Amino acid sequence: MFEGLWGYEHPLAGQIRRLEDELDAVFGRGASLTGTRNIRSLPAGGFPAVNIASTPEALLVYLFAPGLDTKAFDISMQQNLLSISGTRDIPVDETATYYRRERFSGEFRRTISLPDDADPERVEAKYLNGILTIRIGRRESTRPRQIEVR
Amino acid sequence: MATQRDFTQLEKARAATQATRRNESATRPPVDVFENSDGIRLIADMPGVSKEHLRLQAEGNTLTIEGDLQFEVTDRMEPLHAEVRSTLYRCSFVLSSELDTSQIEAILKDGVLAVRIPKRAAFRPRRIEVQSG
Repeated sequence: MFEGLWGYEHPLAGQIRRLEDELDAVFGRGASLTGTRNIRSLPAGGFPAVNIASTPEALLVYLFAPGLDTKAFDISMQQNLLSISGTRDIPVDETATYYRRERFSGEFRRTISLPDDADPERVEAKYLNGILTIRIGRRESTRPRQIEVR
Repeated sequence: MATQRDFTQLEKARAATQATRRNESATRPPVDVFENSDGIRLIADMPGVSKEHLRLQAEGNTLTIEGDLQFEVTDRMEPLHAEVRSTLYRCSFVLSSELDTSQIEAILKDGVLAVRIPKRAAFRPRRIEVQSG
């Protein structure tokens, strides 16, 4: 009964959240830089969020997956498809009263289609401060080459 | 000459302006908040934040959490896809008077911040012995 009092929300709260979601859809999670979504992207707020960057030598995939162990990730790559799966179990304190439970708990999987020059033979991953960074080498042949004019 | 009070207000206004400016690009981290008889626990997902880049501030009855997201950046890097745009996490909570803001404890591990806000001793439930007579 008292939980109801604690959990009281202003009637506008729902509308504000919807507005936030809309803003997310326009500017934030789930959207790509061009505004066109990848077919494998997750809806707003999906776990874990992913950023991808490229350098002339490698592709860098960042997964924002806090509170996990290096062993929690199952990373595989087939052709240019990179899959990362795992489980994040958040224990629930049965004796406590919860006011907010926004953190993701459960199994997750993200599949990312990388540019065709991604080399599945050269993949490295490291985990620091809750970010999993996967570095995928790019094949030599597709790198821009300087052509000398004689 | 400005009085002490004016100064305080000026400081507050300046702080508010800064906060608003910073707020524009801040992300609110997902949080779990729960309570047991000892106090309140707040867990926030803040991937990419290290201890050096985390700021916790309890001012009056407001608890503010801020963290800077940092990730490896190399030369000639071009973004291809970005779900995380902001490099600042920010959230604040209003605390009630039975919580002891001077005893707040925080642990940051693998991008997860765990904050414990204990209740003042007088507000913890006490077992009342029933004596048979």
